[in-house]
Amino acid sequence: MTAALTPRLTAHWDEPDSFTLAGYRRAGGYRALPAALAMHPDEVIAMVKESGLRGRGGAGFPTGVKWGFIPQGDGKPHYLVVNADESEPGTCKDIPTMLANTHAVIEGAIIAAYAIRASTAFIYVRGEVLHVVRRLHHAVAEAYRAGYLGKDILGSGFDLDIVVHAGAGAYECGEETALLDSLEGYRGQPRLKPPFPAIEGLYACPTVVNNVESIASVPYIVAGGAQAFAALGTERSKGFGIFSLSGHVTTPGQYEAPLGVTLRELLSLAGGVRAGHRLKFWTPGGSSTPIFTHEHLDVPLDFESVGGAGSMLGTRALQIFDETTCVVRATLRWMEFYRHESCGKCTPCREGTYWIVQVLDELERGRGSEDDLQKLLDMCDNILGRAFCPFGDGAVSPVMSSIRHFRDEYLEHSKHGGCPFDPALSTVFPGASR
Amino acid sequence: MAFTEQERAGLAERAARIIARYPRPRSALLPLLHLVQAAEGYVSADGIAFCAEQLGLSEADVTAVMTYYSMYKRHPVGEYHIGVCTNTLCAVLGGDAIYASLREHLGTAGDEPTPDGKVSMERIECNAACDYAPVVLVNWEFFDNMTPQSARELADRLRAGAEVAPTRGAPRLVTWKEAAMILAGFPDDQAAGGDTAGGPTLAGLRIARQNGWAPDEGAGR
Repeated sequence: MTAALTPRLTAHWDEPDSFTLAGYRRAGGYRALPAALAMHPDEVIAMVKESGLRGRGGAGFPTGVKWGFIPQGDGKPHYLVVNADESEPGTCKDIPTMLANTHAVIEGAIIAAYAIRASTAFIYVRGEVLHVVRRLHHAVAEAYRAGYLGKDILGSGFDLDIVVHAGAGAYECGEETALLDSLEGYRGQPRLKPPFPAIEGLYACPTVVNNVESIASVPYIVAGGAQAFAALGTERSKGFGIFSLSGHVTTPGQYEAPLGVTLRELLSLAGGVRAGHRLKFWTPGGSSTPIFTHEHLDVPLDFESVGGAGSMLGTRALQIFDETTCVVRATLRWMEFYRHESCGKCTPCREGTYWIVQVLDELERGRGSEDDLQKLLDMCDNILGRAFCPFGDGAVSPVMSSIRHFRDEYLEHSKHGGCPFDPALSTVFPGASR
Repeated sequence: MAFTEQERAGLAERAARIIARYPRPRSALLPLLHLVQAAEGYVSADGIAFCAEQLGLSEADVTAVMTYYSMYKRHPVGEYHIGVCTNTLCAVLGGDAIYASLREHLGTAGDEPTPDGKVSMERIECNAACDYAPVVLVNWEFFDNMTPQSARELADRLRAGAEVAPTRGAPRLVTWKEAAMILAGFPDDQAAGGDTAGGPTLAGLRIARQNGWAPDEGAGR
């Protein structure tokens, strides 16, 4: 049997010191850096392009192409910003990466900064993960002491400083331009694009914003070769990635596999849906990606196939819900999240998420009607494609997809005069049934 | 409460170090707000004035930024602030039951602390630990795979001043103010402590090892 799982980023996470410089070096770390510094920066960009690496933060934009957009010889400072604001519901891959493989993020950031000719990089980490913040500071300090950061890195003449910057609680800051506003000391609200960050990013200077996993993949590409990376995955979704299984699954956790693996394959490795239960619905890439059902078990989890099946690969956050879960309750809670986190800048998102919650809440309580489903879809229609940033499109995903797949369940609430499900049956601990 | 002269001098010294990290001073605003929260446990009017003064901003500017971010508190919370994840996945797996049980147990409203000032609680959004659901945070450290009972016991231990260690995090649980100081960019010495990875983090790697799919040491690089 060929390898269903391909641990690379995760390969040494079971060693107790994998997050330290010594542990990372023992695992082959910091071999890519001198190789990259011996290349021309444009060659590094070409190599990452050739690898086919696409952004691991959800959007899937080719990383090397993004780097190539940075104008060179423009006389302005360039900046690299690592987006470590992992907050998409269901997404839980960057936090363990930074806890266990901290130096892969640092080494990747140094190589990326060298490629785009930046001498200052920031790691914007969400504030609600204290130990990750510690580990990042620790790794940056170790890297300075080892001569991987600071002036004239490894005698190359390249200088780089990395600043660890803790956010303060705002989902919207995961959007790259909102993150930049936040990093400049403002409310984290999105900017109008264009200009894109590659032209006017941080302080209106050319800036690359890359996800943690994208950055952490870079040393593996440089050391192992673009071809070795591209040999994994599918034609247009190359390489490996971390798939995060959570929810009603026997063995939840992180599974690193080539892009294009299916949920059926991952579930078989993870012991299936929890004993005695069956799959009802799941998200392929976080709550902002339309939900799937058992019909989609064999969809290859790559950008094209998931898109073709009506959802998005997103962050490979596979949240599994079994038949005990009320889809209306799940959708309502996600919408309450979007209502809470809407930055308020644009009316469709700010008002739309508020009113969708009102209608969903009535439906969940059994006080809705079939007309309300059309009302919900109309409201979604007024957000989708009309919001200032992708937040709005993401917010309507669970509503539209759950009505598409589970229309009858919405109506059942009205007939039943309330939610027909017992939430105690969904908990992982024995609960008191109501 | 107003800062004493000595407190103000200490804060100003740290503020200068924060500002020096950034190409432009205003980028220091979020860490400065964490800094004043570390001093007082919340962001007071004096804290806002202090940040404004350091950066040459108006107090209105600072207030506008501060109120956008949910981690900044406008009144004191407990020495140990408990966040219960009630986003969909954690809620369904038990977060709602944990929240309801803990709320009843503490008898507090909103994020107000218990009368002894020890513990407060709030709902939090997804904290990127879904494979450990249901998840509870204390001062932003992970307490994984919780139940209503384990959450109540955790709160009791915190109120009693007993030693408490997160499941994935620093060996010694720091206080709310100490946590804010780390977020301001002044880490303590606990980075190397605590588990690197819990069971779910290693789930795929273990299966890969059993099947001979994991690369050899240093290979594949």
